[in-house]
Amino acid sequence: MTLLYILAFVLLCVALGYLFRVIELSRELKTEKEWVPTESDNRMMGRFFLVFVFVFITWSLYQIYQYGYKCLPKSASEHGLKVDELMKYNMYIIWFVFVATNFVLFYFAWKYYGKKDRKAVFFAHDNKLEMLWTVVPALVLAFIIIFGLKYWNEIMDKSTDEKAIKIELYSKQFDWTARYAGVDNAFGLDDYTQIDGGNSMGLDTTDKKCFDDIIVKNEIHIPVGKEVDFQFRSRDVIHSAFFPHFRAQMNCVPGQVTKFRFTPTITTAEMRKDEQVIRNMKEINAIRAAKGEDPFEFDYVLICNKICGVSHFNMQMKIIVESEKDYKAWLAKQKAYKTAVVAEKN
Amino acid sequence: MGNSHGHTVAVGHEHELHHAHAHDDHHEESFVSKYIFSMDHKTISRQFLITAVIMAVVAMMMSIIFRMQLAWPGEKFAFINMMLGDKWGKDGILDPNMYLALVTIHGTIMVFFVLTGGLSGTFSNLLIPYQIGARDMASGFLNMLSYWFFFLSSCIMIGSLFIEDGPASGGWTIYPPLSALPEAIPGSKLGMTLWLISMSLFIVSSLLGGLNYIVTIINLRTKGMKMTRMPLTIWAFLITAILGVLSFPVLLSCALLLIFDRSMGTSFYLSDIYIGGRPLDQVGGSPILFEHLFWFLGHPEVYIVLLPALGITSEIIATNSRKPIFGYRAMIGSMLAIGFLSFIVWGHHMYMTGMNPFLGSVFVFTTLLIAIPSAVKAFNYITTLWKGNIQYTPAMLFSVGLVSSFVTGGVTGIILADSTLDITVHDTYFVVAHFHIVMGLSAIFGMFAGVYHWFPKMFRRMMNKKLGYLHFWITFIGAYGVFFPMHFLGMSGVPRRYYTNSNFPLFDNLGDINELVTVFAIIAALGQIVFLINFFYSMFKGQTAPQNPWNSNTLEWTTPAAQHIHGNWPGALPEVHRWPYDYSKPGAERDFIPQTVPLGPDEHDGGGH
Repeated sequence: MTLLYILAFVLLCVALGYLFRVIELSRELKTEKEWVPTESDNRMMGRFFLVFVFVFITWSLYQIYQYGYKCLPKSASEHGLKVDELMKYNMYIIWFVFVATNFVLFYFAWKYYGKKDRKAVFFAHDNKLEMLWTVVPALVLAFIIIFGLKYWNEIMDKSTDEKAIKIELYSKQFDWTARYAGVDNAFGLDDYTQIDGGNSMGLDTTDKKCFDDIIVKNEIHIPVGKEVDFQFRSRDVIHSAFFPHFRAQMNCVPGQVTKFRFTPTITTAEMRKDEQVIRNMKEINAIRAAKGEDPFEFDYVLICNKICGVSHFNMQMKIIVESEKDYKAWLAKQKAYKTAVVAEKN
Repeated sequence: MGNSHGHTVAVGHEHELHHAHAHDDHHEESFVSKYIFSMDHKTISRQFLITAVIMAVVAMMMSIIFRMQLAWPGEKFAFINMMLGDKWGKDGILDPNMYLALVTIHGTIMVFFVLTGGLSGTFSNLLIPYQIGARDMASGFLNMLSYWFFFLSSCIMIGSLFIEDGPASGGWTIYPPLSALPEAIPGSKLGMTLWLISMSLFIVSSLLGGLNYIVTIINLRTKGMKMTRMPLTIWAFLITAILGVLSFPVLLSCALLLIFDRSMGTSFYLSDIYIGGRPLDQVGGSPILFEHLFWFLGHPEVYIVLLPALGITSEIIATNSRKPIFGYRAMIGSMLAIGFLSFIVWGHHMYMTGMNPFLGSVFVFTTLLIAIPSAVKAFNYITTLWKGNIQYTPAMLFSVGLVSSFVTGGVTGIILADSTLDITVHDTYFVVAHFHIVMGLSAIFGMFAGVYHWFPKMFRRMMNKKLGYLHFWITFIGAYGVFFPMHFLGMSGVPRRYYTNSNFPLFDNLGDINELVTVFAIIAALGQIVFLINFFYSMFKGQTAPQNPWNSNTLEWTTPAAQHIHGNWPGALPEVHRWPYDYSKPGAERDFIPQTVPLGPDEHDGGGH
């Protein structure tokens, strides 16, 4: 096989060599300045640009139709609605600028292609024009900045709600572990030197606040309509807790605790009935069926979004949003840290 | 004052060189001193260019390999096995560790070796002495060292591909602890050490080059070459060099602390880590410190990459529109503004690190401000085309392409700069699309434009126009085909640096976008063969270049076409009488007036008439 590649490559080289020899011989007969673009070159390139801009803009808009529904479905969290709304207005602005500027650029590129009898206009500067395109972008940006910061401050508001459910997400290569604060709604201390097989999160076993904490693997459950106060820790390298459907993300940094709060608004069951989700799941299941795999049902996920090692692409955890009743029932079945450890030792 | 100063120095320099020349007449330069350890800025420029072309080919091949994996995960490709061998491409399937290594080295080579070393190294070296009317760089020796450090660092970077554990693989941003701990990823063993050594040498090269560029521009301008008569290329190179000199030392210290953490047990970046079955001793450091230091270079770096490209295209667009660049002073002002702002925006890479949200707000504000000078530049380019007489040389095509990609990639920056919106698109393919279009494409288009435009000054021959056209269209269409659909992947929540997107079913139906992207990537890569053929063929067999093939005003076109003289001009240095953009000036005989032509009796300099 390798031999074939080499052979093909050699033949290609020989063919190109001959081609150039021909070009060279024919060139020696001419003395014209081949590098100078002729009027027909200019016309052709100008037209190409004009065609290009129409095709390009049409194609980019067509992609919204073609791929738009594959983008994330409506936000499943309260603050996410604000993010989506802001995104919508920003998208209007940037699509407009993108289309208009590219169009004008390539239109001029065609309109003013070089001709023998054309003379360019000596137009070196114009204070009014330059003022115009300094002030207009500045005004638009002022709006973008003001609204962006307003929402940012609301989302990142640090004032604590005592009633919020506290969950800690602990990341390590290459999985997530969750810890619920338990009855006292407070986390016990942690100490990374105490990590061992039975204490994978490195809880401080001398701190009584740890005893009622609940450690969960594989999936977390959260109640709809309740604020969840997440805190993040990491055991080894930087990871990032990314909840795409909730428009939430926060890095997990070894040696420090980071936080992000959000209120889920749509249960998993409700989201499965969302039109856009149904459409995507249909496609995914068709692909899976063709490969002979089991059908897949939509679930919220938490994925790692900061390069963390070889299995970075598979560091995920299921998130289930359900009614408060179901959530409480599920939580009641989980074992507190102390009971779990004691049970293991026996 | 500044001007007369520049003049005296230039004259002094000239005397020195005359002595040198008298000396040279007796001893022919040896092959080694002429082509290898040369101190001539033109030779050094060619050395940078050819090294960068080779590095670019390597980095591009890497991208094709990992794009094949992303489009058809699990598929067996003889090509991958051929390129990577049985260890990393067993049965033609890319190894996941190698995937991360390829992504890392692709980014490192493209950002630093091609678009910093290659772009600045080539064109700053070639054009600074030529366009300001100097015999050579202020220090030819430091300039030579700059190239050889670059060469050495390139060799080490390429060499790291062949070691047992594979090259560095923590992403080109090499965030610790991943990059600090050999237990975390195989690439953080010897590969990371070599990466750090290579980058340290690269920084030395960059600093030697940058200091030289600054000193040369400030001191060696010829008579009449006021700062406000400098071509925009020179302004761009000057600002770029200043950014580099101010920010690369920070990267060096950042790398140095990482070296300490890796091999001397310090804990600048490490704290509370349990890995490889044991808790580490290091306590009290913070990986966030690394991120601050890294991005304090990292963000100016974006403009170190971009500004030379913008400078090059300013020159090419004016020349080929046969019009003065619109708003010369505004262009300088916006470059200065971009340069200044680039130092106070680094935090926008870190909104999601847990950084204080208030600090985040400050960075939102400063970052979005950069959009204003950028918009001014884009509109000024477009106005330069307006009512021009556009000559479509391949260089001009790439310059128009740059303006397009600068706008298309720039607008998505508004989304990413906005911390609220960054929450959903941070570290997704949206980011990949954004920076490849605005920085990657714009800079590489600027580089191609520069190569096509100044090839005659480098190699005394012309590149083939038709092949240039073909190359442009394949590249331009291919590049948008690769990066535009990526925005949709990002909006679907697909994170970057995933070995495969089909390991869990959520992203399964995005496979068609990934395939489309890869097909375009392969087409665009094949298109580069056209360039390589044109480049190397024209170097030896292209049409002989005349003195001023593009009817351009700047000083480099007043040097003799037939031979390369060490010292650039055979006689006295040229004297400059006007700004460089007198194209199609009313009342002039021809549509260009070189800078060496004295002003007429009623003529005003610099755009007035």
